[in-house]
Amino acid sequence: MNEAMSTDRAGHRRNAFDRAAAAARCLSYRRRILDISQQVTALHIAPAFSCVEIVDALYNGVMRREGERAAFRDVFLMSKGHGCMIQYVILEQLGVLARADLDSYCKPEGRLGAHPDYGTPGIAASTGSLGHGLGIAVGQAFAEKLKKTDTRVFCVMSDGEFQEGSTWEAMLTAANLGLSNLVVLMDNNDFSGLERMSEGHRAFYPLVEKAEAFGWVAREVDGHDGCAVFDAALAQDGARPLLVVCKTVKGKGVSYMEHVPIWHYRSPNPAEYEQALLELEGAA
Amino acid sequence: MRNRFADTFYELGKADSRLAIVVADISPAGSIAKFRSEFPDRFVNTGVAEQIMIGMVAGMAQRGLRPFAYTIATFALYRPFEFVRDDLCYQNLPVTVVGIGGGVTYSTLGATHHAQEDVSIARAVPNLSVIAPCDPSEAEAATRWCAAQEQGPVYLRLGKAGEPDLSKDAPDPWVFGKLRRLRAGIDVCIVAYGGIMKRAFEVAERLEAAGNSVALVSAHTLKPLDAAGVAELLRAFPTVVVIEECAPTGGLSQQVKEIAWDSGARAKIHTFTLKDEFIHCYGNHDDLLDAHGLSVEEMTRRILG
Repeated sequence: MNEAMSTDRAGHRRNAFDRAAAAARCLSYRRRILDISQQVTALHIAPAFSCVEIVDALYNGVMRREGERAAFRDVFLMSKGHGCMIQYVILEQLGVLARADLDSYCKPEGRLGAHPDYGTPGIAASTGSLGHGLGIAVGQAFAEKLKKTDTRVFCVMSDGEFQEGSTWEAMLTAANLGLSNLVVLMDNNDFSGLERMSEGHRAFYPLVEKAEAFGWVAREVDGHDGCAVFDAALAQDGARPLLVVCKTVKGKGVSYMEHVPIWHYRSPNPAEYEQALLELEGAA
Repeated sequence: MRNRFADTFYELGKADSRLAIVVADISPAGSIAKFRSEFPDRFVNTGVAEQIMIGMVAGMAQRGLRPFAYTIATFALYRPFEFVRDDLCYQNLPVTVVGIGGGVTYSTLGATHHAQEDVSIARAVPNLSVIAPCDPSEAEAATRWCAAQEQGPVYLRLGKAGEPDLSKDAPDPWVFGKLRRLRAGIDVCIVAYGGIMKRAFEVAERLEAAGNSVALVSAHTLKPLDAAGVAELLRAFPTVVVIEECAPTGGLSQQVKEIAWDSGARAKIHTFTLKDEFIHCYGNHDDLLDAHGLSVEEMTRRILG
């Protein structure tokens, strides 16, 4: 184990990742997203719901912060920009964004759109066009290495982004440069906008083996198990970039959304909203 | 221009540890090779992979570095265009994208290597400044400006190696965003940018031989264009000539005519651009410019006619 790794491990709240507390947070995040869905139509609920536990584990466990209100030492980059609602509600809970910001989501008087915008507090890059985030994250991780900091860059990507050629250019470059401070968490819900990867793009799998062949450390976890995500995201080997393939369910937590493509885009009507809340509460 | 860029970058990079260069499988000329051996950490070759070249420099700039991306103009701008637009321009990051071989410099390599509409395309993108120096000393001044600026992304269009120094007697200094007089005159003003300035000087000689006093102006900054400066030229000269190694759509020529219309200018205007064609002609750079209708004889004839 190298020095950076032991420093990382010593520096964060490894034993503080409480499964019950995480579940309570994730329930509140999903409820908040559903509430906002009743104010606007442009939302991307299902892609946000599939990565709730991933983003929660990063912000509330893995990433280091000097104090309650301090800036993070590590970088979070939402490459799957259409999933940004989960990032917004967590940034709201952390006090980085204000409640008024989320209440004015996608409204002309507000500053939050359906894709993250660089310059907004807590947003590391403007994303929305798929296949851009990893390249930017590679540049950020490279810069931090050059500056000899211990900052790590955590990049949450959709599985669909791994259909972009630019992603594989970035995969090669990250490995060539030995970016051990770069961690990618793939939200592997098996859906792109149109269809399931496992049905329409069978060569998409296997993923771990592909990444390993590209010079990465790679592992697969249950993406709705925050503790598993937390452990996996900290398993850098000090030499190579790390990919965590998080197996997830698109629309996780709401039965009629799970695995149903239309919920990539749709917002629930009032009756659907009530049913979604009941299901989430029942599962909690 | 390429070598002067490299010399200047090396010198600046020695003093400023934020400067880094990311290339995509292009052999680093002259001093860039020296930079690579002295500062290997700040030189990255992504290989034949231009999208990551641009994505990377965006991330590097966000974390405090001042990176340059560098390859042949077509591969610096066209191949990763959406990355230039979204990662650099939308996020408005201080990054310089260097395109070498602007225009039809790579004459024998065919249109895959001809950046004949690069200035037009780059000018259309919000936040992107566009600079095309006309000779090595302008390339040096532009490089110095790019390395020091904080305002946003720049497309720096360079030519090749071995261009003559045309601006050594210029009455004006190089200032970003300002037209630069290279030579004074009274009857005709020729405005040009980039390596084709050499032909502008040759046209000027012929016009002078025919009894005209000819001024030469470098429009090295295509965006933001010095519109007030152009309007002033249109007021001051009875004849204004634009010569550019760029497609007719969206280049300097159209801009000058727009400004003439907006300012009610009465000057006679001649514009010379590349044709709106992919030309299947394989000769040297001069042969290609001739094939595009930009021979010194042809331009002179049309101006005097």
